[in-house]
Amino acid sequence: MSRSVPTFTTTAAGWRRASGWLGLAGLIAFACADLGITRGNPGAEMMRVGLGLLRPDFFATEGLGRALANTLAFAFQGVALGAAAGFLLALLWHRRAVRAGAASVRAVHELFWGLLLMQITGLSTLTGVLAIALPYAGIFAKVFGEFLEEADPAPAVALPDDRRRLARFFYARLPLIWASCKAYTGYRLECALRASAILGFIGLPTLGFHLETAFREGHYGEGAALLYLLFLLILTLRFWLRPLLLPVYLLAALIWAPPVWTGSLRTLVRFVTEDLVPAPLKNGGGIAELSAWLGTLWTEQIGPGVWHTLVLGLAALLLTALLALVLFPLRSPLFGNRVSRGLGHFILVVLRTTPEFFLAFFFLIMLGPSMLPGILALGLHTGAIIAHLTARFSEGLTLRDDSARGLNRYAFEVLPRLYPNFLAFLLYRWEIIMRETAVLGILGIHTLGFYIDSSVAEFRFDRTLVLILATIGLNLGVDAFSRWLRGRLRLSTRGQPVE
Amino acid sequence: MNASEAPAPLFHFRGARLGHGRETVFGALDLSIRRGETVALLGPSGSGKSTLLAALRRQQETLCAWCPQQQALVPMLSVFHNIYMGGLHRFGTWRNLRALVRPTAAQRDSVAEVAESLGLAEKLFTSVDRLSGGQAQRTALGRALFTERPVLLADEPVSNLDEHQGLALLGDTLRRHDSAVVAMHDRALALACFERVIGLRQGETVLDAPAASLTLADLDTLYLP
Repeated sequence: MSRSVPTFTTTAAGWRRASGWLGLAGLIAFACADLGITRGNPGAEMMRVGLGLLRPDFFATEGLGRALANTLAFAFQGVALGAAAGFLLALLWHRRAVRAGAASVRAVHELFWGLLLMQITGLSTLTGVLAIALPYAGIFAKVFGEFLEEADPAPAVALPDDRRRLARFFYARLPLIWASCKAYTGYRLECALRASAILGFIGLPTLGFHLETAFREGHYGEGAALLYLLFLLILTLRFWLRPLLLPVYLLAALIWAPPVWTGSLRTLVRFVTEDLVPAPLKNGGGIAELSAWLGTLWTEQIGPGVWHTLVLGLAALLLTALLALVLFPLRSPLFGNRVSRGLGHFILVVLRTTPEFFLAFFFLIMLGPSMLPGILALGLHTGAIIAHLTARFSEGLTLRDDSARGLNRYAFEVLPRLYPNFLAFLLYRWEIIMRETAVLGILGIHTLGFYIDSSVAEFRFDRTLVLILATIGLNLGVDAFSRWLRGRLRLSTRGQPVE
Repeated sequence: MNASEAPAPLFHFRGARLGHGRETVFGALDLSIRRGETVALLGPSGSGKSTLLAALRRQQETLCAWCPQQQALVPMLSVFHNIYMGGLHRFGTWRNLRALVRPTAAQRDSVAEVAESLGLAEKLFTSVDRLSGGQAQRTALGRALFTERPVLLADEPVSNLDEHQGLALLGDTLRRHDSAVVAMHDRALALACFERVIGLRQGETVLDAPAASLTLADLDTLYLP
């Protein structure tokens, strides 16, 4: 036996190496990140927020019912429109252009869509509905398209070959994926409720609008009540979301908040042909002026924005991974007892249900502006989601009768077995973390969203467009890298929920 | 202990009902096995061998090295770690966690010794998912050996090995334990390696005799329809 350190040629060693590099990137990101606590007395502020959460005031908000109804109406209409459009796109999923288009629209966050659309349709229902429907169409197209790709082709092949493609689709393709589509649409509605609430932060009249006002003014009891209402909506979804009632809900949503076009065509034309055109071109400049303009934009905004987004996103990814690994045993049947599992389940549900944008906002109020609130918010929310998925996966593991217990069981028996799934969940989520990181800029953290929000405030929409294109590029880049890594490590979550 | 009193048996059943949930495998089992015996369990599949082994383990958990049929190895970890896993209870948790990341020379040597006796020295740091069925089975046996408990309970531990290797490894493994109950399907091997043979059929013990008193033909009756 040689005395040197042995080289392990194991499957686990490959995952460990990849995790090591990602972890190192995360540590470097933490070293580069601005983690300062700028609030003078964070403890006292936390105390006050905590007290508010314990004493929610449900009667302080004026027009609460209206905000609630708007939140629901935007979400329902947005999902309906997004699912319909996504379904049609899914039929053309084999076309490269469709896949690229879908990837681009979903790379732009609902809030960014909201900021753009507001310039054309104002603070209207249509803005809220489209801000949800556009990115969701891209997401639905991808998910439905992949369902179709993975569905068994045999039934369709077995049909006699004739030209009735529509009939073939409805008889031999759609039934195979119908249940999955339905389940996924239900899940998306939950996401849409969160998105709809968040749209309040840019001024649309949903729960988030009142929540932001209440928290900014220090009325934490009032804010807590709004948060709990959102929890209530989401957690009771499975009781009131019945397929038969869907048309009723949708009709009610349309009647309550009809998505009518209130802008003028001239605004739209001017927005596209003038506002979005880079300033030097509009002023008669040529390529030289344009490249100078782009150069300045790069050094002053895109560069720092991309850098901060990457740093925050990578740090959040590391925190997400660590939290998920610590939290999943709390909910897994392989560890603990009924009490610990109940508690774990509760913690995970709260963290999963609270939108990361809200979490970041709360931490921002308590800790002051820096990257710390963003990292904490994304880490806690995504960590809870991955912990939940990993714990669910662990339910399927059967250990031998003489398996070790506690930490030994965790490290030797359980972690190696579910690590590929954990890693796949994490890499899938990375894209979503990046998307959310960019949008945290709206809260004042200097990621790409900060510059996007500022350019909108200054009515420099030409810059907005370039910055949004940068977020799309960053997202597609991270997505491609994550896909490459998953392929290299042969990780797959086929047949398992990823979101 | 009083000299006139026989020592309490290692395993003991009297009219025991064994099964999984509502399904009964043994209606009323009477069986007694003393410390020091080596027993081969024979019988067609579905006769209750695995059920009986699991019940034996429950009676003496802390004495038994366990080698179940579905080897339940952790495929993505190395042979080293799968064998080491058998001995987790013998060491402190921190030492175990350290072994997972970087084993000490002493840990490596103690596991390597077991692996060598099983002909796995070459594959010590290779993960189980890259091994052949026979190599994986030997790893499972190694895990049981590294438990270092005196009573071996094993379910078809050498079924994937050739006759020759099976005989050698089984003999070696039995020498390292003072008692053993092993489910077998190779009748010749059962007669060659064990002192006592118990034949099972549909949840009943239809044969229980010293191996020396049995012939292969006696065992064949177990498998007749």
